[in-house]
Amino acid sequence: MNNPHTIIQKEEYKSSQNVRWCPGCGDHAILNSVQKAMAELNLKREEVVVVSGIGCSSRFTYYMNTFGFHTIHGRGSAIASGVKIANPNLKVWQITGDGDALAIGGNHFIHTIRRNIDLNIILFNNQIYGLTKGQFSPTSKRGFISKTSPFGTIEHPFRPGELAIGARGNFFARTIDRKLNLCTEVFKEAAMHSGTSIVEVLQNCVIYNDKTHEELTDKEEKHDRTIILKHGEPMIFGKNSDKGLVLDGMQLKVVKIGENGITKDHLLVHDAECQDSFLHLKLTNMEYPEFPVALGVIRKVKAPVYDQEVIHQIERVQSSSNIKTFRDLAVEGDVWEVE
Amino acid sequence: MQRRSKIIDANRIAVRFSGDSGDGMQLTGSLFSLTTAAFGNDISTFPDFPADIRAPQGTISGVSGFQVHFGKGVCTPADLTDVLVAMNPAALKSNVSFMSPGGTIIMDVDNFDKKNLVKAGYETDDPIIEDKLQGFNIVKAPITSLSQECTKDLKLDRKSILRSKNMFALGLINWMFNRPIDYTRKYIRHKFSHKPEVMEANLRILETGFNYGNIIQAGTPSFHITTTEPQKGLYRNLSGNKAVAWGFLLAAEKSGLQLFLGSYPITPATEILQELAGRKDLGVKVFQAEDEIAAIASAIGASYAGALGITNTSGPGLSLKSEALGLAVMAEVPLVVVNVQRGGPSTGLPTKTEQSDLMQALYGRNGESPLVVMAASTPVNCFDYAFYASKIALEHMIPVILLTDSFLANGSQQWKVPEEGDFPNIEIPVSRQKPGEFSPYLRNSEKLNRDWVCPGMEGFEHRIGSLEKDAETGAVSHDGPNHEIMVHLREEKLKRVANFIPPLTVEGKTEAEVLVVGWGSTYGHLHTAIEELTNEGHQIAFAQFNYINPLPKNTGEILSKYKTIIVCELNLGQFAAWLRNHFPQHRYIQYNKVQGLPFTIKELKEFFRKNLEELK
Ligand SMILES: Cc1ncc(C[n+]2csc(CCOP(=O)(O)OP(=O)(O)O)c2C)c(N)n1
Ligand code: SF4
Ligand SMILES: [Mg+2]
Repeated sequence: MNNPHTIIQKEEYKSSQNVRWCPGCGDHAILNSVQKAMAELNLKREEVVVVSGIGCSSRFTYYMNTFGFHTIHGRGSAIASGVKIANPNLKVWQITGDGDALAIGGNHFIHTIRRNIDLNIILFNNQIYGLTKGQFSPTSKRGFISKTSPFGTIEHPFRPGELAIGARGNFFARTIDRKLNLCTEVFKEAAMHSGTSIVEVLQNCVIYNDKTHEELTDKEEKHDRTIILKHGEPMIFGKNSDKGLVLDGMQLKVVKIGENGITKDHLLVHDAECQDSFLHLKLTNMEYPEFPVALGVIRKVKAPVYDQEVIHQIERVQSSSNIKTFRDLAVEGDVWEVE
Repeated sequence: MQRRSKIIDANRIAVRFSGDSGDGMQLTGSLFSLTTAAFGNDISTFPDFPADIRAPQGTISGVSGFQVHFGKGVCTPADLTDVLVAMNPAALKSNVSFMSPGGTIIMDVDNFDKKNLVKAGYETDDPIIEDKLQGFNIVKAPITSLSQECTKDLKLDRKSILRSKNMFALGLINWMFNRPIDYTRKYIRHKFSHKPEVMEANLRILETGFNYGNIIQAGTPSFHITTTEPQKGLYRNLSGNKAVAWGFLLAAEKSGLQLFLGSYPITPATEILQELAGRKDLGVKVFQAEDEIAAIASAIGASYAGALGITNTSGPGLSLKSEALGLAVMAEVPLVVVNVQRGGPSTGLPTKTEQSDLMQALYGRNGESPLVVMAASTPVNCFDYAFYASKIALEHMIPVILLTDSFLANGSQQWKVPEEGDFPNIEIPVSRQKPGEFSPYLRNSEKLNRDWVCPGMEGFEHRIGSLEKDAETGAVSHDGPNHEIMVHLREEKLKRVANFIPPLTVEGKTEAEVLVVGWGSTYGHLHTAIEELTNEGHQIAFAQFNYINPLPKNTGEILSKYKTIIVCELNLGQFAAWLRNHFPQHRYIQYNKVQGLPFTIKELKEFFRKNLEELK
């Protein structure tokens, strides 16, 4: 039994269901990191609700020994919104895929973010429809060849971070399935943030889109190709920690420390809590090879939280209303009596 | 010299206030209905708004009307109007074909000038002759000029005075029916308490209208309408949409649950959303979603989390909700969906009434997906059925679709405020299982519902969802024979709801050979038609259905007592098909109408008479 003092072990969040993802699928690692994050946060299992839509990623729900609701394709955030608004004490996590969140569920995704309902949304971005066996998704790169795009796609992909910030998102982080510790850290930060948190996890689908994120995970090169942003710290990256980011006019620029008189002091310092989203957008949109891909918490801003506002409004109205019961309402106003 | 006015005795009378949409006819109608209901009349009202938001002034498409039917045994807003107030030529033109023969028409002659006559489509200067209204009792009242006259010393602009001339009509109608104007006076004093000049103008115009009746008694009949002896208690007027919203409020109170509405605006269901959005005082959580899918999805989420989750919509919105309804069936969570039907398909006739979503409610989902379908049959029993829909959803852990329609939603009647004990408690199926040993699909042996266990309950953590589950363990299962067991279980669970609903009752001549059958909102018209026919000596019986899936348990027994069954509905025969499906052995005759309008009592009587004749 849980009490505030006992430490819950990671294993306790594992359900008895056999995990049925393909061996080598990035989802295994994400599941592990989520369980680790929950253990480190010491979340009570009965207060955690995992809501998912449909997709390989959405099977996640069955593997968690918490409350879980595996629902229908794309509607996870609408269902999770209802759960959280009805009972704001619950810790509501939504697990979703690039198809689930950004294709069929795109409308719910942006509106949930706009409202800032306190949900932790973990978006498994494998740039493919896994469950339906390999069709391109709204995040597949232009020209991507798949079963439904045998000649390559002719459409622009969404960039989830850009979409989230465009929908006035207050929390956006990016991580990658191979970086277990970063995943755990980012999930914890997302969980502690109140309001909608979007965590995009670059996830590998070994079967239908293997190595799609490989250039960011290559053992030798990954440090030059990604930057881990930390609030309050200068934007440094590279194998030898000798590269950094500066602002050149309105554009970001990669610079080398030591060259052209550049020192650490010239580099941008990450301010995830800045209300203005200008730099956050620039950072989320950085793409390799021109830029390193930004990982970590890119934006984390305080704003009114919908589910809390609902309660405040009810309390405010109730404190000044004479209507306390249904009968009070029914006998108020234009009523006449027959004696 | 004054002559005495003609006094007309009647059981029931229909008055229609009609004018331009800016003339305040809806308010006038509501105020009169409140006055006359409080005086001891049954009432049934129906508004008739223009379909366009700002239709051109003075034209037929800009006419706004409000009909009040009152007296004793009133069940419908009436087919025909006995007394018409026409504030302009367009109001006259659009209503003449619905006048009872010999009825009274009060017209504001000041507005019957050339310009307005042309706008209304009259070709001559004399609408009375042009529309052949000589047989009617015409009262030409200078409403506009008398309103101006009695307020000329007030410092008010012309526009404000013209806006108050509806009070003249109200005053005059109150005089004709011997109704006191105190209630209206009180209303005006309250409404304009911050605008003393406007208050004064309204009060004077009201009085002037009332006195006008006295002055010209000769030309104006006065009526004596039978009152009823209603049960003791508190009464008020209630429209169908408001009644639905209020029924949910009572259900939340009686179940001790928080009420959560997920909704997206759509005519004619929006007032339910608006009414509940205003009920923060009773702790209602209202979520105006981005579409109907999110609306139902959020309601399912709220139910899952332990609230009474409901959603409301109209036909096109119900189409969007189909997939999520299937989820509610599969996950076995309580949910109520109110579908306020309108003319379809597609956007159809958004402001008109129809009963054509029955099949959609019954079958509009993938898979074998049984859920409860019920229908309210009067504006005020929308309250009862919203309450009972919630009770069934919660106690049986099953989604319920409650059908109303535009006619019920906008109509209103007097409603008796329920007393303690009028409605039962709602017993939530809380789990008696032990923490740590919980099985989500263990069933109550009587109702077959599963337990309702919500997040937050320690030791009851479990997973549910849209995939088929093992009948024993609740784990995901793709096993064929298990699926068959589950399909039958869900069907049987639905069927057992029949053990908890009232039996079907028969009115009229129960021993007759012909049974008229209807469902939902047609009750008032069918009831009145049958009552009139039986009073005329005809042998005919009548039963109205409120529960459609499952049907009341005695349905087969009742149907088999009759040689012929006439099924009447505002569609092409959807309920008739449902009955044929269940009871194919009977002979069914259909009476269908799809004009966006309710039945008329006249057409029903004619059809029934003809059939009774043929069956002899
Ligand atoms: C209404 C509906 N349409 C289509 C599907 C089929 N479908 C299931 S999952 C899926 C896409 C899944 O892709 P994604 O969300 O990226 O999840 P992944 O499997 O890659 O984790 C589709 C198209 C469905 N289940 N429901
Ligand atoms: S198909 Fe791809 S995403 Fe799905 S489980 Fe297998 S590897 Fe993972
Ligand atoms: Mg995917």
